[in-house]
Amino acid sequence: MSVAGLIRLGDNALVLGQRLSEWCGHAPALEEDIALANTALDLIGQTQLWLGLAADREGQGRTADTLAYHRDAWDFRNLLLVEQPNRDFGVTMMRQFLFDSWHFEALTALIGHPDPDISAIAQKSVKEVTYHRERSTDTVIALGDGTEESHQRMQSALDRLWPYVGEMFSTDADDLTDMRALRSAFDAYVETVLAAATLTRPASDFAHMGGKTGARHSEHLGHMLATMQVLPRSHPDATW
Amino acid sequence: MVTVQPSVAQVWTWLSAAPDPEIPVLSLTDLGIIRDVAWDGDTLVVTVTPTYSGCPATSIINLEIESALRAKGVENLSLKRQIAPPWTTDWMTDTGKAKLEAYGIAPPRPAGGPARCPLCKSPAVEKISQFGSTPCKAQWRCTDCLEPFDYFKCI
Repeated sequence: MSVAGLIRLGDNALVLGQRLSEWCGHAPALEEDIALANTALDLIGQTQLWLGLAADREGQGRTADTLAYHRDAWDFRNLLLVEQPNRDFGVTMMRQFLFDSWHFEALTALIGHPDPDISAIAQKSVKEVTYHRERSTDTVIALGDGTEESHQRMQSALDRLWPYVGEMFSTDADDLTDMRALRSAFDAYVETVLAAATLTRPASDFAHMGGKTGARHSEHLGHMLATMQVLPRSHPDATW
Repeated sequence: MVTVQPSVAQVWTWLSAAPDPEIPVLSLTDLGIIRDVAWDGDTLVVTVTPTYSGCPATSIINLEIESALRAKGVENLSLKRQIAPPWTTDWMTDTGKAKLEAYGIAPPRPAGGPARCPLCKSPAVEKISQFGSTPCKAQWRCTDCLEPFDYFKCI
């Protein structure tokens, strides 16, 4: 059982949850605002489970909060996709759709993990993520197959984010399941949705790497962590 | 001061009077989140499962369980979190579902949407948003009486 693998899952949920919470009070409609905040809340809940288990297994007295607030960018192990900035609503929802589509397959595989604690978290999370995927799928279809403007924005969001898809399916010994094995189910699902959304999958499968190994995060992560971590770092005795 | 250990059945009855902090018309047992009550020696162990992993009501729920049982004189209490099998709306009692509807929240239904408007009872309803005011709810609207209402999501 790899602590590093647990941290990867926790960091993905944490970084995307924090990114989505940036929309709170700014989304294009009240219903979207609530939906993004609720998705963020689910992801932060999942973060507590994954990072809580990681901290327990590590056994060095750290907690989920220590891991979230007292590590620097180079110690984070999230995918590059989730640290990408929100930009417009189309980019946010395309990022969500690509992540949800991978997340659903990864959690479904982890339900069968021999470690009962890992399986339990996957069983709990996959229910929430099924709902996230349903929503991001509906939104990608509605906007892709929407107006000329929304279609163009969704296609450019897909073109912008596609180079971050490959990293989700790279794998090494730290992963709790073989991520490569998830690619065909992901491709099948995404292709069906993109067809319904009248969007074109980019021809190149070139992939940026370095988030989940920590080798090279994008510059965006540090800025996001500065906002997320400032309070507990400036006021270490703060409680909430 | 409890001189005689209360029975497990007695504890369940006490818990059935403790309200959910977000939807006070429901009790914690109506919601189906109390998974087990048992005595381990002289310690009462209550096993609780969260509805949604990030639900902010979870810590308040634990507090309510503790205060409800302390008020009855339980001194040694241990709350255990259990996440598998994950909570499902199938565990909500029929009484709970009826209370929800009377309160104006359409109860969860496996078919994927509310059966009818909880206010005027018309079956003509449409979805506004997959999410609502708490993690466990979605927003729907009645196309007959035109009132928006909460639907308790089925998971």
